[in-house]
Amino acid sequence: MRDISMQRVNETRDKILDIIKSPTLTHEQKVASMANAADSLLEVLDLPEGLDELMNVPLDRKCICDLNEGHAPLRPRYIIPDYAKLIKEGCKFLQLQPPTDLYEALNCLLIFYKHVPSVTNFPVYLGQLDTLLEPFVQEVDDATAKKLLRGFLLHVERTILDSFSHANIGPKPTRAGRLLMEVEAELEHEVPNLTLKYEEGVTDDDFAILAIKTALRAAKPSFANHRMFVQELGEDYVIASCYNGLPLGGGSYTLCRLILGNIAKRAGGIEDFKSNQLPYVMDIMARYMDTRVRFEVEESGFFENNFLAREGFIHRERFTAMFGLVGLAECVNILLEKEGRPGRFGHDEYATKLGESIIKQINDFNEQHQSPYCEVTGGHYLLHAQVGLSDDQNISPGTRIPIGEEPDEMIDHLLVLNHFHKYFPSGTGDIFPIDVTVHQNPEYVLDIVKGSFRKELRYLSFYGKNSDVIRITGYLVKRSEIEKLMKGQNVIHDTTALGMGAVINGKVLERKVR
Amino acid sequence: MVATVNKIIPFSVVDGPGNRTAIFLQGCNMNCLYCHNPETRAKCIHCGACACSCPTGALSFENNLIHYDPTKCVNCDTCIRACPHGSSPKSTDMTADEVWHAVQKQIPFIRGITVSGGECTLYPEFLTELFTLAQSHGLSTLIDSNGTLDFEHCPDLLAVTDGVMLDIKAFDSEEHKRVTGRDNRIVLKNACFLAREGKLYEVRTVVSPGLFDAERTIIQTAGMLSPYLSVRPIRYKLISYRPMGVRTQYANTLQIPTSDQMNYYAELLTAKGFKDIIIT
Repeated sequence: MRDISMQRVNETRDKILDIIKSPTLTHEQKVASMANAADSLLEVLDLPEGLDELMNVPLDRKCICDLNEGHAPLRPRYIIPDYAKLIKEGCKFLQLQPPTDLYEALNCLLIFYKHVPSVTNFPVYLGQLDTLLEPFVQEVDDATAKKLLRGFLLHVERTILDSFSHANIGPKPTRAGRLLMEVEAELEHEVPNLTLKYEEGVTDDDFAILAIKTALRAAKPSFANHRMFVQELGEDYVIASCYNGLPLGGGSYTLCRLILGNIAKRAGGIEDFKSNQLPYVMDIMARYMDTRVRFEVEESGFFENNFLAREGFIHRERFTAMFGLVGLAECVNILLEKEGRPGRFGHDEYATKLGESIIKQINDFNEQHQSPYCEVTGGHYLLHAQVGLSDDQNISPGTRIPIGEEPDEMIDHLLVLNHFHKYFPSGTGDIFPIDVTVHQNPEYVLDIVKGSFRKELRYLSFYGKNSDVIRITGYLVKRSEIEKLMKGQNVIHDTTALGMGAVINGKVLERKVR
Repeated sequence: MVATVNKIIPFSVVDGPGNRTAIFLQGCNMNCLYCHNPETRAKCIHCGACACSCPTGALSFENNLIHYDPTKCVNCDTCIRACPHGSSPKSTDMTADEVWHAVQKQIPFIRGITVSGGECTLYPEFLTELFTLAQSHGLSTLIDSNGTLDFEHCPDLLAVTDGVMLDIKAFDSEEHKRVTGRDNRIVLKNACFLAREGKLYEVRTVVSPGLFDAERTIIQTAGMLSPYLSVRPIRYKLISYRPMGVRTQYANTLQIPTSDQMNYYAELLTAKGFKDIIIT
């Protein structure tokens, strides 16, 4: 462990005292923030040279960001337990027997969720709820099942205090899936996030239309291109956290992101960016991620000691990590400006091609780089279009077209996205607020989903433009909760603060309505 | 064949089932008082009156022709308000091939196309050509019409048309003349003929209290069509009159129905066996 200065210790002590005295943080939020502050005093990772001036600098110059994962990662960032094993075999450590009915199954899950760690300290994956619960709902009528599901989902929303918590359904229609969506539409909750794995011909239209109607009220489920994810990650994949495709029974050790716009600022032009600046920063970020992964696997002891690994709910060999990026739009626009070329990202064929060539270069780099302990993904990280942080300014999520600059016609918007979604097996996605007229014609959205997925788009989210619960970037927040927080009141979910930042800095409420 | 195209909406949610490209043709043979896009009624006669009204310089008048530059247009509609003939300088003559080219961009995101207006059946050969292209590429084809073209005499068009969305603006002939300036004998004939052929996708009536007896129109229309519901379900769309876009001399005199009235009309339709009723 390297020494640190007394000045840094004292700054951290002040920060901890500020957290203790905060009028807006809840108790749980204070405890989590204090743990992060304590962790920031550790210096155990073998950091690559050059990282400091790319990461620990003001926001407008930062090129690499580790998304507040901490200095000594004590667990993987995203953990994807095999809940089917829990239902089938129970859990020795938690002394849970396999459930025998719907009540026991839901209770068993609720107990287990409280012991699944992640970067947020809340589980980022809640299971493939339709297939987990399908055998149990067969034994009860709709009204009883819905009453139990309502209680379960209420419990989830009021105890998993972070909306980066994701459940999955689909692609096949099930009674449990239908009941879950009906209850979600009624509750309009922020937690959990929900994805329908959709495949045309497998997911029937009635089930998909129910999903769209639910989304217009509750901003969920989102639609994942099942066929594409299966091709890349196999049948045993899940969607977790925002929209992250990850192996079941594994997860992601870490997620760091390139801030492409700030890397472009360092470059003289396109040539310098591609030949020098981008390769330099990518190399340092990849080696930084390698270090983090090695610490988790070789030193933290997580995989030897945590019951999830010891009992086989997760397997070290099923973990990978996510090589993230943000701000492609700003990167392309800065480079065009430096070259004296007209055009903006999202509106110009040259800009789209330049953007795609940059993503392709990042993809090629990643395929060359040997990543430690990522056997499940061929020894490489997975590319991830990160959704941004609440204090990001002038940084668009992943490869999205900036809010306020969306093409007038949705078709032109989709045809730009079509160039980028295919590069991101560990997640990308676009979000469309939908006009109220669609309530009478939900097939409109279904046609767009079908067309998009035929064109290799990966992940789409929709919400009603007048709904209280809306999708911020990759997570759900209620406008009414943001308003409470703006007035200085406590709010139950830590993600509300992120949503408020994104509304102020990311203009989330100004998205073009389709 | 060429048609005058007012505009093409790539993704439309309100012109039939699912996502469709909607094509609006210029010119109409009715003069409905409540018309909400009266600029689609007449063809541009290139009088030049609108050219100097454009605040962004998108219109110019050279060699006795209006030229329109869509890249400069901000859709402020100043030109439409300046037009003394109930037209728009923004319409373009296009062949069926050219329109088809504009539709193709939306494949595979759309399930079909809908041609509206104006009154699109003023261009029956154009429609036949466009629909033949659309159907051969797996797209469904809908016509949005005031019903003045006698479809029984257009077998070629009907063969490539999946359905018609037909306005029944009033059942009584005199009332129909008051609302639209034209008799409705062909409209009602079309309604029965299309329903019998399984081509009547939707009937719509715009309701504005005092303009005509909406209750009677709805009861009589439903009575006339209910025997055909077994051939193919017919959607009935009840549209509340809205003043948006309506010419000011009429907008000031027309009434907006209450939601109770609209719900009452929907109940009348339910009683006649209609299942798919939409109030907008």
